[in-house]
Amino acid sequence: MSGFLVNASLIALLALIAILALRLHRLFAVVMLSGAFSLVAAAQFVVLDAVDVAFTEAAVGAGISTVLALATLSLVPAEEKPHSISLVPAFLATLTGLLLAVAVTDLPNFGDPKAPIHNHVAPEYIIGSEQAIGVPNIVTSVLASYRSFDTFGETLVVFTAAIAVLLIIGGYTRAPRRAKGKRKGSQDAG
Amino acid sequence: MSAWMDPILGQWNYYLVIALMMIGFYAVIARGNMVKKIVGLNIFQTSVFMLYISMGKVANGTAPILTGEPSTVYSNPLPHVLILTAIVVGVSTTAVGYALIIRIQESFGSIEDDDIIAMLDDEEAPAS
Repeated sequence: MSGFLVNASLIALLALIAILALRLHRLFAVVMLSGAFSLVAAAQFVVLDAVDVAFTEAAVGAGISTVLALATLSLVPAEEKPHSISLVPAFLATLTGLLLAVAVTDLPNFGDPKAPIHNHVAPEYIIGSEQAIGVPNIVTSVLASYRSFDTFGETLVVFTAAIAVLLIIGGYTRAPRRAKGKRKGSQDAG
Repeated sequence: MSAWMDPILGQWNYYLVIALMMIGFYAVIARGNMVKKIVGLNIFQTSVFMLYISMGKVANGTAPILTGEPSTVYSNPLPHVLILTAIVVGVSTTAVGYALIIRIQESFGSIEDDDIIAMLDDEEAPAS
């Protein structure tokens, strides 16, 4: 039962942060709350035994994402136009949530050791990590050895994203507009 | 422990994650501000990650790092690997999204959906 209490309070905290991020209009506060959300999510991942995921989430989600968002905020207006609660999206989100809740009833119980996911290939990876790879951290041995081509693909995705960012905001594709923007101020729409 | 085996209470973690997902989904489709859309997308993404990690959890298990004790129960490491990749891909798409926001701000002077749509309508109206 203590697992339930820890998990439920962490997720309640996450929901509170998410709702605050939704309600606030100052984007700086929203971005900071987004970083806090990632940090609490990392704590939640530790509770769920995913220590490597928690590490990555804390470094990438709370660190790099927040830095990227702050860099963006230095170039865009820091206030959001106030909005009232819109009914159609709220209805759509609730409907999706209800459909998912119905679908979840088909899943095995949370933490059930007899669930199919734990009895198909997972035991082979756990045994093989020690005998075939010799790395004590199973996540590392799967990521870097069994599935190293997937990890290579992931690196390619990051490289592609870096190229895309450079093409979108790099100097080569927008040099004339930038010179104009500097003189008149960036609020001048072309 | 007996409460976990109860068919109604057995899946509580999934329901909590779904509630979290609904908040993020609402932020993505309802908010006109693009920075807020991206923050909502991050919340959405993280809740999906949490669903996967919840599936990998084994009751009374420990983190999948070999302890040397044969009796140790490990949580399933495969969802963890999948989500590690997903987090990194997620931050890449976030970076591209922020770059697009900066470019939209330069072109339109606004990052609000309805402002930009109004501007585009004004541009079209005299031409037709």
